[in-house]
Amino acid sequence: MALKLADVKTDLHNDWCPGCGDFGIEASVQMALTEIPVDINRVVIFSGIGCHGKIVHWTNTFGIHTLHGRLMPFAQGAKLANPDLEVIAIGGDGDGYGIGAGHFMHAGRRNIDMTYIVHDNQVYGLTKGQASPTQGLGEKTKSLPEPNINSAVNPIMLALASGYTFISRSYAFDSRHLKETIKRAIAHRGLALVDVLQPCPTYNDINTKDWYGGEDRRDEKNRPIPRCYDIEKTTGFDPTITPEMSIEEVEKKTLKVIELSKEWGDKIPIGVFYQNERVSTYEDRIADRISTYKQAYPAKQTLAGKDARPTVDLEYLSKELLIS
Amino acid sequence: MSLISSRTNNLSWMIGGAQGSGVDSSANVFSRACVLAGLWVYGTREYYSNIKGLHSYFEVRVSDKQIRSKIDEVDLLTTFDAETLIRHAEAVRPGGGIIYNPSLVRSDIRKVDTLEDNIVEKITGRLVGQGFTPNVTGLLDEAKRRDIQLFPVAYDQVISQTAQKIGETQLSKVSRIINVLAVSASMAVLGLDVNYVERAVEAIFGAKKKVIEMNVIGAELVYNAIKSIAHPPFSAKLAPVENTKPRMFVAGNQAVAFGKLVGGCRMQTYYPITPASDESEFLESHENFKLLDGYSHDGQGSIVVVQTEDEIAAITMAIGASLTGTRASTSTSGPGFSLMVEGMGWAGMNEVPVVITLYSRGGPSTGLPTRNEQGDLQFALHASHGEFPRIVLSSGDMEECFYDAIKIFNYAEKYQCPAIHMVDKALANSNMTILPLSAERALIDRGKLILDGSNPQDGGTPYKRFKFTEDGISPRAVLGLKGYRFWNTGDEHSEIGHIDEDPENRIKMMTKRMTKLETAAREIPDSEKFNFFPASKSSADVTIVSWGSSKGAILEGMELLRRDGIDAEFLQLRLMSPFPTDSVKKTLSKSKLIIDIEQNYSGQLASLIAEKTQIEIVNKILKFNGRPISRDEIYDSVRSTVKAPQENERLVLVHGA
Ligand SMILES: Cc1ncc(C[n+]2csc(CCOP(=O)(O)OP(=O)(O)O)c2C)c(N)n1
Ligand code: SF4
Ligand SMILES: [Mg+2]
Repeated sequence: MALKLADVKTDLHNDWCPGCGDFGIEASVQMALTEIPVDINRVVIFSGIGCHGKIVHWTNTFGIHTLHGRLMPFAQGAKLANPDLEVIAIGGDGDGYGIGAGHFMHAGRRNIDMTYIVHDNQVYGLTKGQASPTQGLGEKTKSLPEPNINSAVNPIMLALASGYTFISRSYAFDSRHLKETIKRAIAHRGLALVDVLQPCPTYNDINTKDWYGGEDRRDEKNRPIPRCYDIEKTTGFDPTITPEMSIEEVEKKTLKVIELSKEWGDKIPIGVFYQNERVSTYEDRIADRISTYKQAYPAKQTLAGKDARPTVDLEYLSKELLIS
Repeated sequence: MSLISSRTNNLSWMIGGAQGSGVDSSANVFSRACVLAGLWVYGTREYYSNIKGLHSYFEVRVSDKQIRSKIDEVDLLTTFDAETLIRHAEAVRPGGGIIYNPSLVRSDIRKVDTLEDNIVEKITGRLVGQGFTPNVTGLLDEAKRRDIQLFPVAYDQVISQTAQKIGETQLSKVSRIINVLAVSASMAVLGLDVNYVERAVEAIFGAKKKVIEMNVIGAELVYNAIKSIAHPPFSAKLAPVENTKPRMFVAGNQAVAFGKLVGGCRMQTYYPITPASDESEFLESHENFKLLDGYSHDGQGSIVVVQTEDEIAAITMAIGASLTGTRASTSTSGPGFSLMVEGMGWAGMNEVPVVITLYSRGGPSTGLPTRNEQGDLQFALHASHGEFPRIVLSSGDMEECFYDAIKIFNYAEKYQCPAIHMVDKALANSNMTILPLSAERALIDRGKLILDGSNPQDGGTPYKRFKFTEDGISPRAVLGLKGYRFWNTGDEHSEIGHIDEDPENRIKMMTKRMTKLETAAREIPDSEKFNFFPASKSSADVTIVSWGSSKGAILEGMELLRRDGIDAEFLQLRLMSPFPTDSVKKTLSKSKLIIDIEQNYSGQLASLIAEKTQIEIVNKILKFNGRPISRDEIYDSVRSTVKAPQENERLVLVHGA
């Protein structure tokens, strides 16, 4: 039975500020959930701490609202223990690129088959607007006492360097693009990043909805010229790296991703930057060592018989330490 | 004073050398040879936080009865480098023996640059003060004056003879046999047949034929060389005893690992740290294991071991795994546990069973990374902000390490909270012979876990993960279970799991969570909370209170005290949270004299007892020099305290190199 949007929403009061980009992300995530070919009972969403983190409470799936910056290890632990789950991690930019940056990077090295969506609003929303790691050097959003003294981190490049096999960016108020990108991220086998540009009308008075929409720049017919452009649609860029490609082709494509990732300001590329189908998932790597992993993964194993006795053959296990 | 009556099958052997030179395999060969001869061993390992070059040493006690502690005296010190001789000659008892390399006699103590300045000064001062030269010759002269028998072993010669025999021209390829040579020389002195050394070598080196061959040839050469010289009989002896029962030779961290596998742990996360990572590595090398017939429909059992980026990830990943219904744990030591506390609080708030095996070593900070201490009890009890229930259980010996590793998962799942299993370094890194572990007494109890069931959501009543109940424990469903959708959050939450800051709800939720601790206190039997070892008379002269790895030394020290007419009883605390307040109060309120024995500075258990029972323990015996407590130290210090309690309110033990 096809799910309706109402099925994947809870009826809780949503307390995000009016006009917040988080609403756009929530809508796209929920729409994507109704369209993916996955049993909704198997979907688990993990979130971090920040305004974004409340998304799990508005969404009617298993929802685990974790700690600031730690959603990725929580989520990976669940996925490895039960690879049959469809795991989606939804974090903030302070959450994932700041306090949780270590986890962000190491998740890339593992390449577990799951999705990671980041609400990238360039500020720490829930703590009242301090600069997040994606805010540019010298910028001064509303609540900063002084201009930002740090340079911005580049999430696309960070993900590339860390080994993410699906790297994308979308925009909170382009719900169609965002929903499709999320669906592709979920479908990807391996770790998929969706960095979502998210206006925070309360604290980010630089990267506003109008700014993304290009209201300040007009064409000859006085239409705004949006800043975001879809790299695949506009330039025909193909982000996939297939198993058949030569090393040189891969190299060339990777350089292109770096080049694209540097564009910001007047032209902001969105879409899928990189999709690498050559890299094994962590689950495959475990299965190479534990041949029964995929059918008898940790959550599925029987630990005791009806008499509560452990199922492990201790006598056999003990042999190597026995002396007689 | 000598505490030993007979020195046949009752002795202590020591070997030392630079880390990375193979001393650990010497100790392993020696211990195995003894076990093969039907004897029991207890071995401790001391090492610096270093990989190559710094000094490490092993003490192996051997007996024809099971032994559970180290002692102070050394009967035979086996050395092949100068440093071991310099550091430990003093520990050899009068009448004991030293095996040494005669080519080192001119070594200048001041030129051994891995010796700390204060040690050089102390030893040279001691020698010069007695009129000896400040070099190895002086040390040997001093030993002779103390009636110590000296056994020179020309290792270099034996190595080149062995090389010749096997036709190897490169001496460096043969030189590692020096470890086995030292063991074989020891056995020649102690009178145990070289055949046991050879069998031990074969068992340890397994398939490496050539390595076995050269070690066996060398072992025989050394053995015969020592036997061929007429020595007066040595004062300590080993002789094989009939022992048909198989026994296990196990280290504490291996016992924990076995317990975890048997107890159903199927995911272990860790970040490398001494002395905890040995356990995780052992688990990883046993990631596939055999199940009992009848359960092998999945083919085999397995555990996923993940090395994480840090301890924050280790605990949160284990929590994530636990949410799926997997028994999951992480193992760490002080510095890593410090990083875990926020995650542990989240598990407390969301009532997630997660097991933390906390190996305790010298703190604060990186402290004494490879040495023993019990400095983390109060930290384990209070780590993380806010208030939530937790289980804290401490093991006192190898068997407890094993059974507790099983039990701790039962506690975690029954009471749905973080559960900490405390194991001292002195247990983790000690090896001893025990009777084979058995799963007979081990049962698995998963509490109110729902792994499948009918669909309450379909019936219109949403599943409440945090449903208010009498005992505080709610039925616990797992991620992905149809009909049991739930939410978790570190914020205060409703029964469903959504954020809820309502003051009334707060009171109810907080009370619900904390009630679980009372439930646990009520349900867990006394036999799992503490061990009580009574005096032989009806009223004891003294009550010893302690915990953790001091157990073995205390029990053996008590036997010696009894021979002196001091009849002690011993209360070994195991469950620290929830604390068995009433039973402890009852036991201690009858005591004539109470002594708290702990391996930390402040007496953390004594503080806990005072907090819970209002009983102040005045007399304390404490040790915090990083070296494990010995039987002899217990004997001496308890004796002094009993004789003059007022003069000896706080005794600080200092033994150990
Ligand atoms: C360990 C820890 N430090 C600090 C905080 C306080 N804190 C709450 S939300 C937040 C920032 C959130 O920023 P971001 O991740 O960008 O999320 P947003 O609110 O912008 O969605 C911080 C620092 C915390 N909860 N935990
Ligand atoms: S502070 Fe910003 S990010 Fe947070 S809810 Fe308000 S608008 Fe959204
Ligand atoms: Mg933010």
